[in-house]
Amino acid sequence: MSHPSYFLEATYLIASILFILGLKGLSHPDSARRGMILAAAGMAAAVFGTLFHPDLYNYTYIAIGLILGAAIGIPMAMVPMTAMPQRTALSHAFGALAASLVGVAEFVIHGSSMGGAKMGALGFEVMLGSITTTGSLIAAAKLQEMMRGTPIMFKGQHIVNLLIFLTMVGSFITWLVNPAFFFLFYVMMACALLFGVMLVLPIGAADMPVVMSLLNSYAGLSSAATGFVLSNNVLIIAGTLDGFSGLILSILMCKAMNRSITNVLFGGFGAVVGTDTGDATGTMREVSLDDVAVQLAYANQVVFVPGYGMATAQAQHACRELGNILEERGVSVKYGIHPVAGRMPGHMNVLLAEANVPYSSLYEMDQINPEMAGTDVAVVIGANDVVNPDARDNPKSPIAGMPIIEVDRAKSVIVLKRGKGKGFSGLENPLFFKPVTGMLYGDAKASLTSLAQAVQKV
Amino acid sequence: MNVLLFQPTAFVVALYTVAGSTAEKLAFSPAVLIASLYVFMLAAFLGYQVISRVPPLLHTPLMSATNAISGISVIGSLVIAGSKYDHHQTLASLLGCAAVTSAMINVTGGFLITDRMLKMFKKKETAPKLEAHK
Repeated sequence: MSHPSYFLEATYLIASILFILGLKGLSHPDSARRGMILAAAGMAAAVFGTLFHPDLYNYTYIAIGLILGAAIGIPMAMVPMTAMPQRTALSHAFGALAASLVGVAEFVIHGSSMGGAKMGALGFEVMLGSITTTGSLIAAAKLQEMMRGTPIMFKGQHIVNLLIFLTMVGSFITWLVNPAFFFLFYVMMACALLFGVMLVLPIGAADMPVVMSLLNSYAGLSSAATGFVLSNNVLIIAGTLDGFSGLILSILMCKAMNRSITNVLFGGFGAVVGTDTGDATGTMREVSLDDVAVQLAYANQVVFVPGYGMATAQAQHACRELGNILEERGVSVKYGIHPVAGRMPGHMNVLLAEANVPYSSLYEMDQINPEMAGTDVAVVIGANDVVNPDARDNPKSPIAGMPIIEVDRAKSVIVLKRGKGKGFSGLENPLFFKPVTGMLYGDAKASLTSLAQAVQKV
Repeated sequence: MNVLLFQPTAFVVALYTVAGSTAEKLAFSPAVLIASLYVFMLAAFLGYQVISRVPPLLHTPLMSATNAISGISVIGSLVIAGSKYDHHQTLASLLGCAAVTSAMINVTGGFLITDRMLKMFKKKETAPKLEAHK
């Protein structure tokens, strides 16, 4: 690359500043939109500046790429909010693919004549990028239910994975030491693509929030590595911001499940050893729609606790309508959101916001738990493990120590559930057998709509 | 925070001026590598500070926003797609073109969907009014 012009560097500097200001805006919903407009302006400046890069001589491929990208990207922004997790997984794949392709192109152009440090950065870029590309595609396929959501495991899986990993790292190091073996670069890349698939196959749908965050982090770090290869600061800054954002989210998600990242990646949830499902025996008390309607109508405070079941039933609008009717009657309505409810960080918040629930009614787990004792009715909508009291009470439970929303401390609990089956993790939930709990079976959306009508008649 | 932002930039500009005049075209001079490491470390520190303050409420928009921002790799892809090379011209241009496409998908899609999501987060005062209009 020849020396970039001052104009070009100025646009990159502006972009870097605007990106950071944009993310700073996300610290509050009121400033978030303005922040993202700044970030988008930064992006536009950087792209515009690059169009005047002194090395450019042919704009055909540039125009094709820009137009094609926009033509695919704009429809991808129109997906329904329930499809956010798989859409986000796909965009991790595209981000990582872009980084890998840049890496491969650099390798094709300069071969092994670029010096050790640059080769190291290039190797990391292509390795992380390739792992993330295929890993994210598998995650998206699982989320879109094109593949089984349950962990896919086979005998000797860990050994196979270890062999792939060692071959990948081995080829990388050998190529670094001896650049004449240029084919090892492609061996490394092939192993990385395969490793990405193997990494996500054994991961269950309930662990997706952690995996999504981790893939986010990898995609960012591979972009940062691109920055090292091209000696481009704005790439390093944006990639690092993305990488660290993913890392912070993975740590938060792991904390919210009381598990380590290694456990999520190599544990295979649902296949956990030593399952003590607890003393979850007895009978579940089924309640009638009208009983629930009366309880809700005369309550002082009602807390809704949504889970992934709310997303699959598309029940967020029905939930908001019921909440509205209750609020008109003077009932205080709150929503308690567990950090890992749903399939990606913040999934439930977005769905409820889409249904017009004001963000001041959305409470984090730590905010809502102290209020539970003063809550008359807690309504659990398609959530299971995040309200399982075994996590708190039974030290032998596989989910022991995972923080939960303590709905069982409310005066009454209503669980909206499709059937009598177990939750995703396959664990019995003692909450369902408690005297305080009433089960309302049926499709969550239909139940909530009928409840809203019933409450109006009370 | 802003002070932190500008100091490394000045430092990097100085390093570039020194390194640029002496380094060969493709060689990866130690000064540039060190400058890159400085930028990486400071961005990591800054990122940690800024992102820790994003509330769980906005974690989904955060993920799509950082995704859009890391679509900045489009600028690297643009240069590859449009430059002239002595060897492998077609292959390099095609790889560059594919990279521009992938990165651009994230740039356009990412910013648009983030804005669409953020538009939905409303305060209590405005939400019931909107409801009443329906």
